Amino acid sequence: MTGAPDPAITPRTFSSGARKGRRRRLPGTLVHVVVLLFIVGWVVPILALFLSSIRTQADTASSGWWMALVRPDLSLQNYALALDQLNIAGSLGTSLAIAIPTTVLTVLLSVIGAYALVRMRFAGRTALSLLLVSLLVTPPQITLVPLLRLYNQVGLSGSIPGIWLYQVGFTLPFGVFLLRGFIASIPKDLYESANLDGASELRTFWSIVLPLSRPIMASLGIMAFLWSWNDLLIPLLFLGGSGVSPPITVNLAGLVAQTTQGQGPLMAATFLSVIVPLMLIISMQRYFVRGILGGAVKG
Amino acid sequence: MTGVSIRKAEKSYGEIAVIHGVSVEIEEGEFVVLVGPSGCGKSTLLRMIAGLEEISGGEIAIGERVVNDVEAKHRDIAMVFQSYALYPHMTVRDNMAFSLKLKGMDKAERETRIGRAADILGLEPLLGRYPRQLSGGQRQRVAMGRAIVRDPQVFLFDEPLSNLDAKLRVEMRSEIKQLQHRLKTTTIYVTHDQVEAMTMADKIVVMRAGRVEQCDTPLGLYDNPANTFVAAFIGSPSMNFVEGKVEGDAVVAEDGIRLPLPAGQGAALAGQRVTYGFRPEHMELAPKGGIPCEIELIEPTGSETMVSLRMGQAAVAGVFRERIAGPEGSTLGIRPDAARIHLFDPRTGQRLA
Amino acid sequence: MTDTLTFVPLMIVLGAIGVPAAVFAALGAGERALTLFSGGAGRRARPWVWLFLPLILVILILIYPVIVTIFTSFQDARAENWIGWQNYAWAFSGQMLDIVGNNILWLVAFPLITLVLALASATLFDKVRYEPLAMTIVILPTAISFTAGSVIWTQMYSFQPSGSPQIGTLNAIRALFGADPLPWLIQPVVNNFALIFVAVWLQLGIATLILSSAIKNVGSEMLEAARLDGAGEWLIFRAMILPNILPSVLVVLTTMIIAALKVFDIVYVMTNGNFGTDVIANRLYYELFAANNLGHASAIAVILLFTALPVALINIFQFRSEARS
Ligand SMILES: Nc1ncnc2c1ncn2[C@@H]1O[C@H](COP(=O)(O)OP(=O)(O)OP(=O)(O)O)[C@@H](O)[C@H]1O
Ligand SMILES: [Mg+2]
Repeated sequence: MTGAPDPAITPRTFSSGARKGRRRRLPGTLVHVVVLLFIVGWVVPILALFLSSIRTQADTASSGWWMALVRPDLSLQNYALALDQLNIAGSLGTSLAIAIPTTVLTVLLSVIGAYALVRMRFAGRTALSLLLVSLLVTPPQITLVPLLRLYNQVGLSGSIPGIWLYQVGFTLPFGVFLLRGFIASIPKDLYESANLDGASELRTFWSIVLPLSRPIMASLGIMAFLWSWNDLLIPLLFLGGSGVSPPITVNLAGLVAQTTQGQGPLMAATFLSVIVPLMLIISMQRYFVRGILGGAVKG
Repeated sequence: MTGVSIRKAEKSYGEIAVIHGVSVEIEEGEFVVLVGPSGCGKSTLLRMIAGLEEISGGEIAIGERVVNDVEAKHRDIAMVFQSYALYPHMTVRDNMAFSLKLKGMDKAERETRIGRAADILGLEPLLGRYPRQLSGGQRQRVAMGRAIVRDPQVFLFDEPLSNLDAKLRVEMRSEIKQLQHRLKTTTIYVTHDQVEAMTMADKIVVMRAGRVEQCDTPLGLYDNPANTFVAAFIGSPSMNFVEGKVEGDAVVAEDGIRLPLPAGQGAALAGQRVTYGFRPEHMELAPKGGIPCEIELIEPTGSETMVSLRMGQAAVAGVFRERIAGPEGSTLGIRPDAARIHLFDPRTGQRLA
Repeated sequence: MTDTLTFVPLMIVLGAIGVPAAVFAALGAGERALTLFSGGAGRRARPWVWLFLPLILVILILIYPVIVTIFTSFQDARAENWIGWQNYAWAFSGQMLDIVGNNILWLVAFPLITLVLALASATLFDKVRYEPLAMTIVILPTAISFTAGSVIWTQMYSFQPSGSPQIGTLNAIRALFGADPLPWLIQPVVNNFALIFVAVWLQLGIATLILSSAIKNVGSEMLEAARLDGAGEWLIFRAMILPNILPSVLVVLTTMIIAALKVFDIVYVMTNGNFGTDVIANRLYYELFAANNLGHASAIAVILLFTALPVALINIFQFRSEARS
């Protein structure tokens, strides 16, 4: 059957591909040892963070986190302190207020851009694609000097919409790049059919392109959210001196410098800052993997 | 419901012209089939009618209205694509409802129309399914359902059956034809399968390389092909051609074989070189006095027998009601039915009166 | 301080619902404007209606600043007078040389260490049955911010003088083997590698994913045949897997080079550039805020951009060959 391929189910995840008959030989002990070393090395720092965050101040100051496994004496005191004195709740709120709109807008504008780039023919289309590809690697630092001045002039500095604007603009080349392949794989017939059915361009976009692109939009969404949530440089520069609580990264970076509160609350604050993205990546691993693999410029 | 007029329509992609001034008049309610070899521009012409391709020259009118500058969505045309182009994320019902919703039709009216279409096509049990849960034939039906709920002025089909297996294709062929008789909607149907064209069409447009070679009823094409291309394209197996010179009431090929002409025709063309065409089914066995041919291959189908023959230097196909025992390599005497032969100009390929 | 409870939801509704609605309204208005043109003109203008918003944003946030920064890099501290190449002369002299040296270390060591570890993890994970678990765990840190990663590793690297109990994991392990504790973040050279390893820990998942997917695309029949012919695992890796995944290796290297170039958060949080660990991106922050020298900051930024240029060219080249095939 060579009918309409279903673009909604063309997954490309790391677990697909030829794998039958690959593991004829049982791996030797050495392989297990090395793999276990990787697992331990990559999970222990997170474990250390979690355990340190639920120990008492006195314990933390006198012994390593692993003693929590030997002599558990756990408390949520650090979390209370972090939320109460370090303004972590406010920071998490600001981070959400930045990351959620940034994510939505990045995805939306990327689909719009990719749709126009893939579906419509116009002079300069190839040039535009190449420009996007070359912008993929622009370091953010190159933009700072003029944008700081511009933001000050137009009154965007210190405002959250200013951060959206920056993060969306900066991520757009990647977003368009990630989506264009997928959108190009939607059969042209579908658009034409919608057109004959009486759908306007905008309606086709809303009723055909958006629903069919959901999986890849999820991939882009999760990446955009992670980047926005984890960004330090841009809010540090553009959100300073405003009435808003600093986002969680900026708050954390400040806390490291001043050690007065002790390790415990800092660990609690850090754990709170990583738990959102960690849950996200665990629950949406499939989409994340697709985003990573689709976003790499393939050879 | 209205007819479609195509007047000197042209299409070029940049420098490359693919449709060179095609003119066709399609009457209201007519079932017209565009046939021709692959790449001859059938789909392009169909898409120009639909509004999916710009018209580079000439004009296309639906009814009285010239639609050159009318957007596809305003032409009130429904098209069934070769790939069906069903919306994968919508159920069968939603696929059919999409265009109606866009028209702003209320829900009750939509449901009636969908119900009626589903009834005609036997789609009721499938209304809640998604396209990926359907077989090829079912998808085909949904694609048609999506077209007929709209009750458009014109139906366009672009090779709608080419993704189906042979048996289903024959079934759907008659189903589409019956449907069209019932709805009486003007229909333009593209195929490269001449059997489909012959069986379904009220009128066939034979195209080659962006031009119309001939436009006539199926039997008109079969009986009076305008040139060797149409003669060879219509009918299966293909018409046999032998070149020769008119001498008396026969055409004499270079190897001396004499092919009979209808009485009286020889005089008008005496001495001229012609291409002599005769259909495989228009010859009879003539054990005595026929043209002796060597049998190269015998293919019995049961009801008839197809034979590949060598007639002098020419390869000739024959279809006979009789059973032929062979063996291959032996000689068979045949005689073309002089009343049903065709003569063409060997240089231009055009029919000689 | 603004009231978080009303402010945050308000911002989210505004940004995630209000602005997208406005975007759609703008598209609708654009489409309506197109209908005013007849036929061809409307069709030709349509792409630009759709590309307008994305393009404006990219121009505003990326293209315009790049151009201005290049100009500013030839101006003085307040971006008022033209001073020729002086900023660049400064960038490659004196203490800046150490900083540039550190960046080169990052540019070489970070991609290479990541690549080697990713090759090892991708190859070895492929051989064990609990691969999904191992893969998930290596991916986890990619969700963690460089800032949080820095906090986590500051504790991992924590140092107490010899004799007192070690709180930091790494020094505790050293103590277990009877070695003296190491001031990871203070001792020169060691501290640079300590910082680089934090980045490796955070980014390895990405590299492993890319390579793992490439390895799985190497035909298993070919590998089976080689095994039947008696080839050892190492030979199979070197002679069959490696050549087949070279394009992906290149992808990993370029991705990591770009990451190394941008690295700011780790240095800013963990050492703030002290003890000989400063890098260009952190120095740029200093020039911008502490020294208020726009010329210096711009010159540094342009240097970063030009270092990224070869990678951009590689990308363009690959994109074109991909588009052609
Ligand atoms: N976008 C295009 N640009 C350039 N040439 C094109 C384009 N689309 C079609 N053509 C050319 O136009 C000619 C007619 O194509 P068309 O698809 O109409 O053929 P067709 O008769 O439908 O053939 P088939 O039976 O294979 O579907 C072909 O030679 C094709 O190469
Ligand atoms: Mg075609």
